[in-house]
Amino acid sequence: MHELSLAKAVVEACADRAAGARVLRVRLEVGRLAAVLPDALRFCFEACAHGTAVEGAELEIIETPGRAVCHACGDTVPLATPCGRCICGGVLRIVAGEELRVKNMEIA
Amino acid sequence: MCTTCGCGSDTVTIDGKDAHAGQQHAHEHDHAHHHNPDEPHAHRRTVSLELDVLAKNRLLAERNRGWFAGREVFAVNLMSSPGAGKTSILERTIRDQRDAMAISVLEGDQATSTDADRIRAAGAAVVQINTGTGCHLDAHMVAHGVEGLALQPGSVLLIENVGNLVCPALFDLGEQARVVVISVTEGDDKPLKYPHMFRAGQLLLINKIDLLPYVRFDMERCIDHARRINPDLEVLQLSAETGEGMPAWYAWLTSRAEKRSAFRHGA
Repeated sequence: MHELSLAKAVVEACADRAAGARVLRVRLEVGRLAAVLPDALRFCFEACAHGTAVEGAELEIIETPGRAVCHACGDTVPLATPCGRCICGGVLRIVAGEELRVKNMEIA
Repeated sequence: MCTTCGCGSDTVTIDGKDAHAGQQHAHEHDHAHHHNPDEPHAHRRTVSLELDVLAKNRLLAERNRGWFAGREVFAVNLMSSPGAGKTSILERTIRDQRDAMAISVLEGDQATSTDADRIRAAGAAVVQINTGTGCHLDAHMVAHGVEGLALQPGSVLLIENVGNLVCPALFDLGEQARVVVISVTEGDDKPLKYPHMFRAGQLLLINKIDLLPYVRFDMERCIDHARRINPDLEVLQLSAETGEGMPAWYAWLTSRAEKRSAFRHGA
């Protein structure tokens, strides 16, 4: 349930930057390899937003795919889980899919 | 243009590190803002943030890392599922290394001071952090936790995280090394089931090897699984109960701690 800490961080960051305005929508980028459950995050977001400028805001989660580069052959390969080997046998280094980023928010 | 309210000329775009954290929206306004929530608002605006959710924790963690480096303290974050034997490993380490190493401990648990009491009885200074409902330690808790320890230069700080193989992997505490502990009673497929944790660690301690004759645990398979996720992972097999394999863990700790100290003195 680290989603609770993450949701709290998202709500705090948005409420701080809203500078008194009301937050209507928050767009969050969550990588498929980030060890975060979107549903759990949504649930926690709603709970954490209660009583803040973010209360009632819609949380839009954009899931981004995992990608890795092979150390041996240099190929870029898609990655569904944070482990695995390249078909050439080489070790993979994750280059995308671990994002956890508030892209933007709509305020009024 | 300020994308927060559309005035001024600067763009409030925060990239990567939480550069604007805590900053007030301080520039001059030549117009007043009165927001009545019942009134339909004319300008619904999108504010670009590009903000790393973990930025605040990372910033605090880097502060901790600098604080440790300045005091020549070697800080280790120990993570495992509940019952893998973190506290037993710490107890034995403290007792065996009493004359060789100055060890202090931060104990993370949801509740009780049971573990801190065990550590204190073993002879080390300890601060217990109770996270309440929290499932992991974070950098902020560690920063406050160390305030209660008089850490000496050249000493070792062992941070026992909350027993959990998922959440602690995401939260940098400012440690210099991450150690993952599993025990042979847990199953050799654990690294594949919890890849994030095994990817986060530098050293894997496989504990309770004295029980190997009684459990179905394929050591080779376990290490192979762990290295499939983290090819650079060092592995040590030990038993905190019998002491078997413990000297290699002590050697690992000593060499790492000395490296920190040598770095500081330009050796």
